[in-house]
Amino acid sequence: MTEQAEKLKAIVFELETKEYAVPVELVGSIERMQHITRVPKTKDFVKGVINLRGVVTPILDLRKRFKMNEEAYTDSTRIIILHLENFDVGFIVDAAYDVIDIDNEAIEPAPKVIGTVDADYIDGVAKIDKRLIMLLNLDKVLQSEGVEINN
Amino acid sequence: MEMNEYLEVFIEESKEHIQSLNQQLLILENEPTNKATLSEIFRSAHTLKGMAATMGYQDLANLTHKMENVLDAARNDQILINSEILDVVLESVDHLETMVVDIAAGGDGKLNVEDSVGKLQAIENGQEVQSKLHTEKTKPAEQSNTSSRASIELDQFETTVLQQSNENGFKNYLVEVKLNENCLLKAARVYMVFEVLEQTGEVIKSIPTVQELEEENFDLAFTVLIVSKEEAELIKQKILKVSEIESVSLTVFDVNNVNNTSQQEESVIQETPAPTTNTNDEAKDKDQTKTQNKAVATKTIRVNIDRLDGLMNLFEELVIDRGRLEQISANLKHPELQDTVERMSRISGDLQNIILNMRMVPVEQVFNRFPRMVRQLSKDLGKKINLEIQGAETELDRTVIDEIGDPLVHLIRNALDHGVENPEVRKQKGKIEEGQLLLNAYHSGNHVFIEITDDGAGINQSKVIEKAISNRVITEDEAAMMTDSQVNQLIMASGFSTADVISDVSGRGVGLDVVKNTIESLGGSITIESEQDKGSKFSIQLPLTLSIISVLLVEVEREKYAVPLSSIIETAIVNKSDILYAHNKKVIDFRGKVVPLISLKEVFEVPIEDDEDELFSVVIVRKGDKMAGLIVDTFIGQQEIVLKSLGDYLGNVFAISGATILGDGQVALIVDTNSLIR
Repeated sequence: MTEQAEKLKAIVFELETKEYAVPVELVGSIERMQHITRVPKTKDFVKGVINLRGVVTPILDLRKRFKMNEEAYTDSTRIIILHLENFDVGFIVDAAYDVIDIDNEAIEPAPKVIGTVDADYIDGVAKIDKRLIMLLNLDKVLQSEGVEINN
Repeated sequence: MEMNEYLEVFIEESKEHIQSLNQQLLILENEPTNKATLSEIFRSAHTLKGMAATMGYQDLANLTHKMENVLDAARNDQILINSEILDVVLESVDHLETMVVDIAAGGDGKLNVEDSVGKLQAIENGQEVQSKLHTEKTKPAEQSNTSSRASIELDQFETTVLQQSNENGFKNYLVEVKLNENCLLKAARVYMVFEVLEQTGEVIKSIPTVQELEEENFDLAFTVLIVSKEEAELIKQKILKVSEIESVSLTVFDVNNVNNTSQQEESVIQETPAPTTNTNDEAKDKDQTKTQNKAVATKTIRVNIDRLDGLMNLFEELVIDRGRLEQISANLKHPELQDTVERMSRISGDLQNIILNMRMVPVEQVFNRFPRMVRQLSKDLGKKINLEIQGAETELDRTVIDEIGDPLVHLIRNALDHGVENPEVRKQKGKIEEGQLLLNAYHSGNHVFIEITDDGAGINQSKVIEKAISNRVITEDEAAMMTDSQVNQLIMASGFSTADVISDVSGRGVGLDVVKNTIESLGGSITIESEQDKGSKFSIQLPLTLSIISVLLVEVEREKYAVPLSSIIETAIVNKSDILYAHNKKVIDFRGKVVPLISLKEVFEVPIEDDEDELFSVVIVRKGDKMAGLIVDTFIGQQEIVLKSLGDYLGNVFAISGATILGDGQVALIVDTNSLIR
């Protein structure tokens, strides 16, 4: 039991060949790419909204969010739906993999800059075998200066 | 335990009946001789009494019983309805309501109603009311057949049952049973008699009611109406086998006979009372009673709104799959499959309508109680008020309906108390004595508006400012800066009362502040327009969260948008050459008016794919008096949609009031035309 408590279950996804993770308990579902209705006058990384089983859910493009190069969506592109406290939101990622257990001991604080992603968005880095998995700080990802779209 | 199951039904139905009583009594006040209304009231009271007795609420049953007596006397022209009598009856209805509310809140529904009962009794006795034939103390066994027959009142259902059984070869018997005087266990004997009767046929009705019989709430005799195939003598013998029975008599019960009398008594629909000359009136009368009947007959159940939400979301899933199925069947071109899918589409379409409408309730539910309230208030205040209600059929989401009642009560009280002047004052001002109060509800854009307009004194701005300053709501400097409408809003600040005399009607100025908060918590807003000595208008604007609106679906490039039908005046196809330029802005001449054009493509920064056409599709929308033309690519068509929020994450998006899910499962955004028109 104690061993489990020290482990973090997370869903791993890929973004520009790097691996990221979000806690599994926040993940509602993983959807295939589908039609997204653009919402005008919102931040560029807000791709729009989809109908997720009757709930209109906003979708963010994480590549855009992290200012990476945009690439065409492929068959492996997925939308990870997260259930947050006040709302649901979906992230478009290059691919989503399995659930892994991360030992808390394996998590190190984030270095200043990792690849192209500002360290702000990263809570820590977990090293498992030879994989380097970055743990997303969801608050930061969602917040940013400018999700306030009122103009 | 069983009671609990019925309790909710009882409460709901009681509320309906009380509502109906209130409504009909007010009608009766204006037309004291309207027999149809009287019958309607009587029936409501009667049903209420029956239900209350069955549920064991004695005070409730007792009071309704007395009320029923008075009404019955009035119905039989033994007493004449006048304002005083109505006051007493209305007061009783208030007591009833209090009791029902108490029961609903888990209380025992007990209330000291002696006063009202006494008053009713006095009315009943004050006039020469002949011995009531159908009261609980009826001793049918001792009466002649004719009188006991007349004593049985049958509702329509019972009458139908009797008639049908007659046609099917059953016989209707009136069984009069008298127990032995020394009988100790009356209820037990009654039970045994009933058991016998139920073996031979079906019990339609008993006098007194089964409940009363079980409580031994009767003398020695009781009457039961049954249908049976067996011979009278045989039944009689069977009953006599029960011990402690003094006598049994069975008479064949002629349903038509009773029907006639009861029809006369109740002067109900079937029999048209008047001479044939004014058929129009008759028809109207009939219609009226019919609708009234219908209103009473409507049954409701309570469903948790979460369940409805769940149902709706599931259904939307179904709609999406339906869309896919339609696509597949169109591709396969299999006739049988196509048939089935088509049928399914139609059924699910109907289902959709039902589900969507389930959440919607006409605002009438709230408005209904106001005539009664206004009547009482105007009496209390010594003012004359004419209340007019418009748009009661406007539908609102159930959640909103539940919340909006109290604020409206406050506002109406406020209008009557502080707004409308006394008759003398009104005369001096050259107004008609009767103050006018208009309650109006309507849909506009994505909102429902409820307006309360009075032609009273209006808001005395200098007085408001004075009060606001003395109550430290604002400072003098602030006051100097305020616009008229800002001053008006001040009366909704907390700790405010502009009436010189604090009355118990609209309280101490806590009301309006609460009103404002409640409405804002519903996501609405309230504004006040007022002109001194002309009157005031309180406008409440409520959002249509999760309600259904009709929209025009339009296409802009490859994106679909929904424009609320309520804000659309019309659609037009405009030739490029018809577009004029005023101050560098595109305008068109639309029926003699200059209407600015707004390109949705530009507003919404839609990725442009092809060049502009020679012809423009334009949706003419309005906001108040102002109009604008929205340029779109194509009109798709009109559709009913469910309004959904974009969610907290996106918050307010410019010119988008929400989203909806289309039949194909995609999301379409709803255009907020109000914010496009400046």
